[in-house]
Amino acid sequence: MKIHEYQAKDILAKYGVPVQSGVVIEDKAEATAAIKSVQDRTGVEATVVKAQIHAGGRGKGGGVKYSPTTADAVENVNNILGMTLITPQTGPEGQFVRKVYITEALDIASEYYLAVLLDRANECPVIIASSEGGMEIEEVAHSNPDAIIKEYVDPTVGLQGFQLRRLVKRLGLSGAHAKQAMKLIYNLYTCYSETDASLCEINPLVITDSDEVIALDAKFDFDESALYRQKAIAELRDEYEEPPAEVEAAKYNLNYVKLDGNVGCMVNGAGLAMGTMDIIKLKGSEPANFLDVGGTANPETVKNGFRIILADPNVKAVLINIFGGIVRCDRIANGVVQAVKELDLNVPVVVRLQGTNAQEAKEILAESGVDIIAADSLDDAAEKVVAAAQ
Amino acid sequence: MSILINKDSRIIVQGITGKEGSFHAEQCHKYGNNVVGGVTPGKGGQTVLDGIPVYDSCSEAKAATDCNVSLIFVPAPFAGDAVMEAADAGIELIVCITEGIPVNDMMKAIPYARRKGCRVIGPNCPGLLTPGGAKVGIMPAHIAKEGSIGVISKSGTLTYEAVHQLVAAGYGQTTCVGIGGDPIIGTKMTELLDMFQADPETEAIVLIGEIGGQMEIDAAKHIKEKITKPVVAFIAGATAPPGRRMGHAGAIVSGADESAEAKKRILSEHGAHVVDSPAFIGETMKKALQG
Repeated sequence: MKIHEYQAKDILAKYGVPVQSGVVIEDKAEATAAIKSVQDRTGVEATVVKAQIHAGGRGKGGGVKYSPTTADAVENVNNILGMTLITPQTGPEGQFVRKVYITEALDIASEYYLAVLLDRANECPVIIASSEGGMEIEEVAHSNPDAIIKEYVDPTVGLQGFQLRRLVKRLGLSGAHAKQAMKLIYNLYTCYSETDASLCEINPLVITDSDEVIALDAKFDFDESALYRQKAIAELRDEYEEPPAEVEAAKYNLNYVKLDGNVGCMVNGAGLAMGTMDIIKLKGSEPANFLDVGGTANPETVKNGFRIILADPNVKAVLINIFGGIVRCDRIANGVVQAVKELDLNVPVVVRLQGTNAQEAKEILAESGVDIIAADSLDDAAEKVVAAAQ
Repeated sequence: MSILINKDSRIIVQGITGKEGSFHAEQCHKYGNNVVGGVTPGKGGQTVLDGIPVYDSCSEAKAATDCNVSLIFVPAPFAGDAVMEAADAGIELIVCITEGIPVNDMMKAIPYARRKGCRVIGPNCPGLLTPGGAKVGIMPAHIAKEGSIGVISKSGTLTYEAVHQLVAAGYGQTTCVGIGGDPIIGTKMTELLDMFQADPETEAIVLIGEIGGQMEIDAAKHIKEKITKPVVAFIAGATAPPGRRMGHAGAIVSGADESAEAKKRILSEHGAHVVDSPAFIGETMKKALQG
C-alpha cells in the first residue's frame, strides 16, 4: 500500500528523521494562509508547491514548483490543485491532484539517495545509498553502478553500528555530516521494520548550506499482509489514488486489476489467472482484466465478479476458467447460472470448468438453458472466447 | 521414488481443529493414511477424524508420534510462530499453506527453521503431493497419477492445470511441489531441481514460475550447470503490466529481468523447453522426452 509524500514525512518525523516544515491543503481558498504559516515558521519567503499523488516523476509533469515569492506560490497552488498530472508513472490518462503540499525551500549543498527495501534474493532488508541523489535510482544503476552502495541487514539482529559507519564513509561523509547521517539511517531502518514497510525511500536526502541533513522527498510502500497490525498506517490509504473498480472489487474480497483489452476473465488462483490472460493474448486478443476469485468462490463471488468485469465498457466477451481443487465446480456452475439469469448479460460468456465435480458442473450448465458457450480444454476455451469477442 | 514425502511420512497438522485445517487433514489422511496427529493450543487431549490425537504443542506431538512432517493451516498472524514451533520441535519438513503472512514474520521464521536443520515449503502454497504415496497440502489428488515427472510451481491452480495437461498426455508425477507465491519462501526452485535431478524415478521436470523476483533466473543458470533431465518451463504473467501486483504478494515486475518475457528468454537460452501457455505443457513434454 502506497501513501502520499506528506504522510510519509509525518511518519519520518515521528521516527526522528529530519524533514522540512510543510502544510497540506485541498482547497485553493486556504492557499494564502497555508503559505504564510510555512513562511512564518521558517522566516523565508520562498516555498515549494508539490502535487500529492502516489505516482513518481511529479516534477517532470509540472507537479512540483519552486516559488520564490508568495504570489508565485499562490499561482502554483492554483495551477496544480485540480490539475490532471501526467508523469512517466501515471500512464497517459494522468492522475487528478486533490492535495498540494507547501514546504519551505532549502538551500541545498549536496544531494544523496537513501532507501530501505526488501531484497527478495537475499531474504533480508537492504539499505541502498548513493551520492547521486535526485536521480531515478534505476538510471544510476544503469549509468554508474559503482555509485550504488548496498548494505544488507540481518533481520534477526538488525542494523549494526559498523554497517552505519561503513555506509557513511562510502558516501564520502565525515564529521558532523556523518554523525547526523548515521542517526538518520538508523532511524529510517527502525521506521522500516516497525511499520512493516516494504519500501522507505528518501530521494533526495540533502545536506543544506547550513549543514543540516534533511529528507526532501519520501516514498513509502507497505506490506499489505501486515496492515492488520498497523492500524495507523492502514488509515492512511487514499482510495482516490486507486482505480475505482479495484477498490470496489476489494470490498468483495476479489483481486482485480483492470487492463486495456476486450476479453474479460474470471479465474480461480493468481497463477492460472495470469496463465489465462497470457493464452488470450496468444490467441490474438488482449485481456481486459486480471481477476482471481480465490479459493472459496461461491455463487455470490461469481455474481460480483461479473458485475465488476462488465462495468468495463471495453469488454466484448467473458471467459470463466475454473480449475476446481478446493473450489467445487458444481458450486461455480450454480453461480454462473444464477448470475446469468439475474444480471442482464449482453456479451457472450465462455465457461470452462475442470477438476473437482466438473462433470456435475457440466450437467448443471447444460440443463439450465442459459446462454453460455461451454469449453473443454484451456486451449479450446481461449479460442472460443477470442472468436466470440471479435 | 519421490522427493520430500512418501507413504512413510508421519504427518501432523497444525491448526487441525480449524475449518480449513480439519477439512484438509481429512483429505490428506484419506489419501495416504499417514496423518498421525494434530496441534491446536488448548485442545490437547481431544481426538478428531475418528481417532487422530490433538496435542497442545508441536513438541508434545513430536514426542508422542515421532512425526517428521508438519502441515500448517494456522491463521496468518500466528503462522510465523507456528513455523518456528515446528522447527523447535525438530520436525524436519514444515509445509505452510497459510496465505497473507507478513513478510517480516517469514524473514525471521524461515532462517530460524533452517538453523534448526528443518526445511520450510511455502508459505502461501498448495503444498506437496506424491501420487500414490502422500498428500501434504490442498492439491486435488484425484487429478494426479503416479509417474515420472517432477513438478515445481509457484502457483496453486496453475499446478493443477499442469498436472492435468501431463496426465492427458500420458504422464504421471513423482512429486508435485507448490513452492508458494510470496516474496520470501522456504525452498527455492534450484533446491528442488537438485532433488528431482537426484531422484532416480524422475525422468523430467515441469517448472512453473511467474513474474517478480529472480528465482527463475537462478533456476535457468542452475539448469544449464547442473540439471541433465529435460525441463519444461512456463512463466505466467506475459500480459501483466509492470509495477502492478497480480494477486500473489510476490507477483510484481519491479525490474527488467523480472518480466515473463525476460524469464522465458533466459530459461530458453539456458536449455529449458519454454512454452507460451500452460496448454502446451503436455505435448512439449512429449517432444522433450522423445528428442
